[in-house]
Amino acid sequence: MDGATTSTPATEVDRSLVIRNLRKEYRAGEPVLKDVSLTVEGRGMTAIIGPSGTGKSTLIRCINRLVDPTAGEILFRGQDLARLHGRGLRAARRRIGMVFQEYNLVERLSVIENVLCGRLGYVAVWRAWLRRFPAADVDRAFRLLDAVGLVDFATQRADQLSGGQRQRVGIARALMQEPDLVLADEPTSSLDPKTSVEIMELIARRAGERDIPVIVNIHNVDLARRFADRIVGMSKGEIVFDGPPQALEDRHLMQIYGGEGWLE
Amino acid sequence: MTSATSPTPRVAFPPSWPARIAFIALALYVVYACSILDITWDRFVAGFSHGSRFISRMFPPNVAHDKLELLYGGMLESLQIAIIATAVGVFLSLPLGLAAARNLAPLPLAWTVRALIALFRTFHPVIVAILFVKAVGFGALAGMLALIVASLGFLSKLVAEAVEEMSMQQVEAVRATGAPFLSLVIMGVLPQVMPRFIGFSAYQLDSNLRNSALVGLVGGGGIGATLFTAFQRFDYDFVLTIVLAIIAVVMVGEILSGFMRRLFQ
Repeated sequence: MDGATTSTPATEVDRSLVIRNLRKEYRAGEPVLKDVSLTVEGRGMTAIIGPSGTGKSTLIRCINRLVDPTAGEILFRGQDLARLHGRGLRAARRRIGMVFQEYNLVERLSVIENVLCGRLGYVAVWRAWLRRFPAADVDRAFRLLDAVGLVDFATQRADQLSGGQRQRVGIARALMQEPDLVLADEPTSSLDPKTSVEIMELIARRAGERDIPVIVNIHNVDLARRFADRIVGMSKGEIVFDGPPQALEDRHLMQIYGGEGWLE
Repeated sequence: MTSATSPTPRVAFPPSWPARIAFIALALYVVYACSILDITWDRFVAGFSHGSRFISRMFPPNVAHDKLELLYGGMLESLQIAIIATAVGVFLSLPLGLAAARNLAPLPLAWTVRALIALFRTFHPVIVAILFVKAVGFGALAGMLALIVASLGFLSKLVAEAVEEMSMQQVEAVRATGAPFLSLVIMGVLPQVMPRFIGFSAYQLDSNLRNSALVGLVGGGGIGATLFTAFQRFDYDFVLTIVLAIIAVVMVGEILSGFMRRLFQ
């Protein structure tokens, strides 16, 4: 809906992501990620499934460097994200939107301020301080709130919203960055089943119409099957399945999650 | 006494011997210290008669025109000292507190600033005021500088604590947008700590109002200087006027600061 304001047409940018031998050790000798390699094409939704504590979240957080990898490469838009720091890292981060399990809105800011946080990588500090965001950004923030169905809540404080509404604001904030990639870390785990489906639909639709690739961590296999174009199964820090949803069978799930009683 | 089913009585609240010993030791020390300091009942009784004579000389409070002018001038200076010290303290304590927060600042910086804040907090404002009186001379400037140091010590420490207790999830989300550090502080950190910071600042204004009278006693200007002079001249009736005025101002300050805190919670 607001593709016209995007500075560069989506088709010209290569939005694919190449991860090579990514390793993360929080404590030396105990890798959470064991040399993971993964190539994500510049479109569609890739779901990463796997049990808790298997490194899904670490993997996704290494991409925008909320977690610093121990070794390996993360190639995106012609740069190795793993080696960036300072200004370069911030410039890369602003092209990567992120949606969080706990929404992570700034609770005491209004809804529109939270959405405009997505522009902080672009606007000068004094504009953030005085809330003098460029008119085009404010306009875009309103249209995004419209797109996620929350335009009437724009000036309310974020902590007055329900979980599902907060996650919608989180999605609007991520899209506000005009990202070339959206990361979603368990975006539905704190939501009820109906809202979970709505949130996944929203992410898929809003990212899809902008042709933005999405990588989503999700432990709900049904949601992954329903919305993802590709499923990556992880177990104990390694990728053990990689394929389209229809190729995911019970034996794969047994391999990913272990055991079989729960599949009955 | 005990039920037949349990052979030994079950004790719900066992005696704490360390606590008992500590209490006995404290009582013994108080008695010992009194004997060393020559605190006796006779001196206490003698003190009472001195005190009653002193108090009788205070009444009625002196409200002569020239005295009220002195009172007004001193009180105004004290208010100015308190307000300027609070404003400067509030302005400087925010960056200082942020730099001292271990979840935001690099650790070497955080520890350095923490050491500085600890230094500010080491001495009571009166002692700091004595130092400043020696350094910059008698008057309001010394008192103001002393209260700035006190405000900085208190506010910076509380800002640092508030920042360390904030939700890092919210900060993380703003960081993930590629925000530069100052924008991160403005949009991710300040909204979380601002209500508490305003509360601390209101409390500090209240506290500076009290202490501005105190620093005057040692040469830091304001109503404290007026009070000190009145004591020296045995103007006990004027002393009472001053004391009543200080009580009134401090109470008004407390009400105002309480109101400010409620307004921003």
